Amino acid sequence: MINKKFIVSILTALLVGHTYAQNVDLDSLLDAEMKNKTKSATQRTEATFTTSRLINSHTLETTQAGVLDFKVSHRFGTLNQGFYNIFGFDYASMLIGADYGITNRLTVGGGRSTFEKQYNGFLKYRLLWQSSGKTNVPLSVTLLAGVMYATDTAAVKRNLGITVKPRASDKTSYVYQALIGRKFGNGFSLQVMPTMVHYNTVATSNIPNDLYSIGAGVRIKITKMTSLTAEYYYQLPDSKMPGTYNSLSVGYEIETGGHVFQFQLSNSTGMTERTFINETTNSWGDGGIHFGFNIARVFTIVKPKTTP
Amino acid sequence: MKAIAILVCLFVTTHVMAQDYITRNGSISIYSHTEMEDIKGNNNEVVSLLNSTTGTFDFKVAIKSFHFPKQAMEDHFNDENYMETDKFPKAGFSGKITDISAVNFAKDGSYNVVVSGNLTIKDVTKPVTAKGVITIKGGKLNAQSVFNVNRKEYKIMGQSFVQSKLSDNIQITVNCDFEKR
Repeated sequence: MINKKFIVSILTALLVGHTYAQNVDLDSLLDAEMKNKTKSATQRTEATFTTSRLINSHTLETTQAGVLDFKVSHRFGTLNQGFYNIFGFDYASMLIGADYGITNRLTVGGGRSTFEKQYNGFLKYRLLWQSSGKTNVPLSVTLLAGVMYATDTAAVKRNLGITVKPRASDKTSYVYQALIGRKFGNGFSLQVMPTMVHYNTVATSNIPNDLYSIGAGVRIKITKMTSLTAEYYYQLPDSKMPGTYNSLSVGYEIETGGHVFQFQLSNSTGMTERTFINETTNSWGDGGIHFGFNIARVFTIVKPKTTP
Repeated sequence: MKAIAILVCLFVTTHVMAQDYITRNGSISIYSHTEMEDIKGNNNEVVSLLNSTTGTFDFKVAIKSFHFPKQAMEDHFNDENYMETDKFPKAGFSGKITDISAVNFAKDGSYNVVVSGNLTIKDVTKPVTAKGVITIKGGKLNAQSVFNVNRKEYKIMGQSFVQSKLSDNIQITVNCDFEKR
């Protein structure tokens, strides 16, 4: 009897509760729906970094499918050149290039830099995408493979210490990177970049052809549209060319609709992996700092299909 | 105990007789047309309740569930220059079908109706009247309506450089399939 009563009262409570719940406003209903959806769907973490470059380095970001990301970068001379050269203004190193998103995960890109009259090209693939919800992935991983080809014969001769005409292979080097990172909330993103740069030809036999380094990069958001960035590449002890320094850069970036402006201070002149990771010959200590900027502008080439 | 049971029965009975129609995944899309650019966003996170006796018609929409073909559009839509989604996560409509007697909920067919009520976006509430069509088929109900709102009345301003790409008049299309509750 007690049992029966108990059941009836539970049932009553349930029914009453039910009736009320249905009479209650739509807010709670919407909340419940949203909660269900959050659980049953996977939310990809977008915009871990503002664009596909941090300062000199690639970020783990790939370009959206069908979008062309046009880039112009400048590095002025070093600040310690004094007033006669307006603290480096009279010397500028440039890179013009573009990234194109073949799919949301696969990007192809290339460019031409004035530094050693170099062409470069790369492929970038987003292997893992940080996400939450149904599938939880704690971090993003992007793989990068690139090739650099310097056409300034005089510079190549000088670098390699040779007098004969360099072969095409002497002018070519490669880069392989894993870009591993995570967005911690909206304000802070971090990535580490284990890197290998391969030179077909090196100046002396005691320099290895494969140079290993590890980089780290951060972005700290200040406002919705601006952030502070920093990146550092540490060249492993046996992977360092004589007379070079580790690359350290700090930057400030502004994002507007379609444009990204990045301003930075860096001890590197070059803007491709070989040149800024392994061939940085200036140091922060003696004022060998370059002011520079990157401008990125996205153009939609292939219009995405509208959602049904 | 018996008294409570009877009460419950009464509750349930009135409830069934009221014949409410409900949707948990209605569709609302927004559309802006200018010479420069067409912008279209879709949302399937719409809940709505329609009372067939009184004609009261309520909607609630989760703003962050508006999806756009371009990621950048979606980011901007939610940011502080437009919807301020973090601050105002929901929009709502609360109104009435003014000529509810024209709809025969028991008979299959399409009925033209006029819905009038208050639309609340970003905590700004303005009266809105819209024409719509209610279609009854096999006990299920579909409601469709297309109407325009002026975004600036709801404090959706945007930066100055996007004004030429974004119409002041935003077309809102409602298409919801309801079920009897």
